[in-house]
Amino acid sequence: MNAIDVRGLVKRFGGKTVVDHVTMTVAEGEIVGFLGPNGSGKTTTIRIMCGLLTPDEGDGTVLGFDIRTDALKIKREVGYMTQKFSFYEDLTIGENLEFVARLYQLKPVEQYVARTLEELGLASRRNQLAGTLSGGWKQRLALAACIMHKPKLLLLDEPTAGVDPKARREFWDEIHRLADGGLTVLVSTHYMDEAERCHRISYISYGKMLATGTVDEVVKNAGLTTFVLQGPRLDQVATALQGRPGVDQVAPFGATLHVVGSDRAALEKVLADVENEHKDVTVTPGKTSLEDVFIQFMSGSKDNMA
Amino acid sequence: MNAVFSFARLGALLIKEFIQMRRDRITFAMMLGVPLMQLVLFGFAINNDPKSLPAALVATSSDPYTRAMVSALQTTGYYRFDHVAQSAEEAEFLMARGDVSFVVTIPADFARRVERGDNPQILIEADATDPAVASGAISTLGTVAGQALLRAQGTQDAAREAAHGQLDVVVHRRYNPEGVSQYNIVPGLLGVILQMTMVMMTAMALTRETERGTMENLLAMPSSPAEIMLGKVLPFLVVGAVQVVVVLVAAKLLFGIPFVGSLTLLLSSVLVFVLSLVLLGYTISTMARSQMQAMQLTFFFFLPSLLLSGFMFPYRGMPGWAQTFGEIFPLTHFLRITRAVMLKGAELPAVATEIGWLVVFVALFAGVALVRFRRTLD
Repeated sequence: MNAIDVRGLVKRFGGKTVVDHVTMTVAEGEIVGFLGPNGSGKTTTIRIMCGLLTPDEGDGTVLGFDIRTDALKIKREVGYMTQKFSFYEDLTIGENLEFVARLYQLKPVEQYVARTLEELGLASRRNQLAGTLSGGWKQRLALAACIMHKPKLLLLDEPTAGVDPKARREFWDEIHRLADGGLTVLVSTHYMDEAERCHRISYISYGKMLATGTVDEVVKNAGLTTFVLQGPRLDQVATALQGRPGVDQVAPFGATLHVVGSDRAALEKVLADVENEHKDVTVTPGKTSLEDVFIQFMSGSKDNMA
Repeated sequence: MNAVFSFARLGALLIKEFIQMRRDRITFAMMLGVPLMQLVLFGFAINNDPKSLPAALVATSSDPYTRAMVSALQTTGYYRFDHVAQSAEEAEFLMARGDVSFVVTIPADFARRVERGDNPQILIEADATDPAVASGAISTLGTVAGQALLRAQGTQDAAREAAHGQLDVVVHRRYNPEGVSQYNIVPGLLGVILQMTMVMMTAMALTRETERGTMENLLAMPSSPAEIMLGKVLPFLVVGAVQVVVVLVAAKLLFGIPFVGSLTLLLSSVLVFVLSLVLLGYTISTMARSQMQAMQLTFFFFLPSLLLSGFMFPYRGMPGWAQTFGEIFPLTHFLRITRAVMLKGAELPAVATEIGWLVVFVALFAGVALVRFRRTLD
């Protein structure tokens, strides 16, 4: 059984279709990255999955429960971490966790709270008001609170936004540790390095699911060719390349220039011209990165928000 | 694992609310301090039967009749002659400026007419821009003036005899023989103060969660609308109870309000009243999208309920449609109950209908709130 199995989800706000026929499956124990630009419908899709929004069209199951009729059962088994910190800032860490434990009717409360505090290294800050915590600690508290009731599925909405690299690393280690224990995780993110730490990724843009698979699959299926240019005065070369047939992206990376295109033949032809014009510029085939693919997706999909 | 209601989950919400309430020191202090302040301020300030009002006297003669008339008016306590005008024009000006509330004109031929038995007249002009100011002063006039005149003529006994056999109107001012305003105001203030704090505090309840973003989390966790509602509303019932005790003790100690009725009856009707208020506030918070909106809705409700409930203006004095309209405010019914129980010593049968109304409000508001509550973020 898939942890998440939804088909043709549509959600409109006013006249705008925010989620447009999204179909998604996540197998048990998988960590799936949910990627897409701002306002692409990631949060809305996640909210539909945990019963906070009702879809206008489409149906499906989460942990075997119908998303339309069994929202309450889904809530008991899912841990949802909101994008914005949504615990009580005027309660201490301990009080917040006690509140959650009582709400989920975990008994004995104290044992659950103490163990969760211990596991996430929060024990020493138990009596600190949540409002006074830094971003990293708030995120850790939020994670602690949404895994305390031992959910089968974790829905994390941009959990690492505004968190420093070390805290992010620790956070991901924790996610992998939880997934090893059989937990399924769907995590939305903007960070490419985080996407690469997922078993699979799904890319959504302007409400439409554009790609899904492992990172390698997504990169391969995108069918992009990348060349790396080296040499002097690359800025001039870059300007010259912009808009030429076959050239989709030109991006400087340190002392090199990455040129990406979907039409390999056209791209090679343009670059041959470059080599003729600038004798000291060398062109070598490069590896297409996930970021290149996403930039390609973003420029290719129409903005339905405008 | 009851999906609809669980006391354990309600307990979780209640503990959370009490901790938050305790942390919010200023609001907490306000909830206890404001009732006391308002009670003292309004209790001492508001007076429906104003006395010692400034008056101007226009009298050209100083014969015994005129003097008797002036001193009789003064002894009523309503008139304080602190202006003596030389002319009608000057008196007119004083009144236009608002320096005096009354102008009493005793004509020069007053004494002559009295002695001749020739229908003597005095003119009392009252500033009726606020009719309530003048009403008490004017109502005493007829008898006072008549008696003063008779006394001056030394024919009081004869007059009493003459009055014998005539229509005898006996007026008893029941429950408040001295007509002390505070007896009316203070029990009313209990209702008004409770309404202010209870409705406003609970009107913020849900919108605050929405604005702080905690609503999303609360909805994502297993808590039912009924639990959330009671979790928000019950703590304020406790606050309301404290306010009631504060106001009642102050009413007794500061104002010496007679308390003739059953305390149990009063407290149980207060409980129902407060419950209706917190549920009303909660209903507002299910409709408002922001704390600002909740505040505006609350004030939209406050003004008519203050003006039409009978707290500020006599309920019986309103036209029929307004009286009917006034019935939709819990305050209207509560005022009747408190005044009846505190001042008249009314028993349950006398106030059962009013309590019944309050129960209807409780059921109605709870029902609307539960229907209006958005279980999702749609």
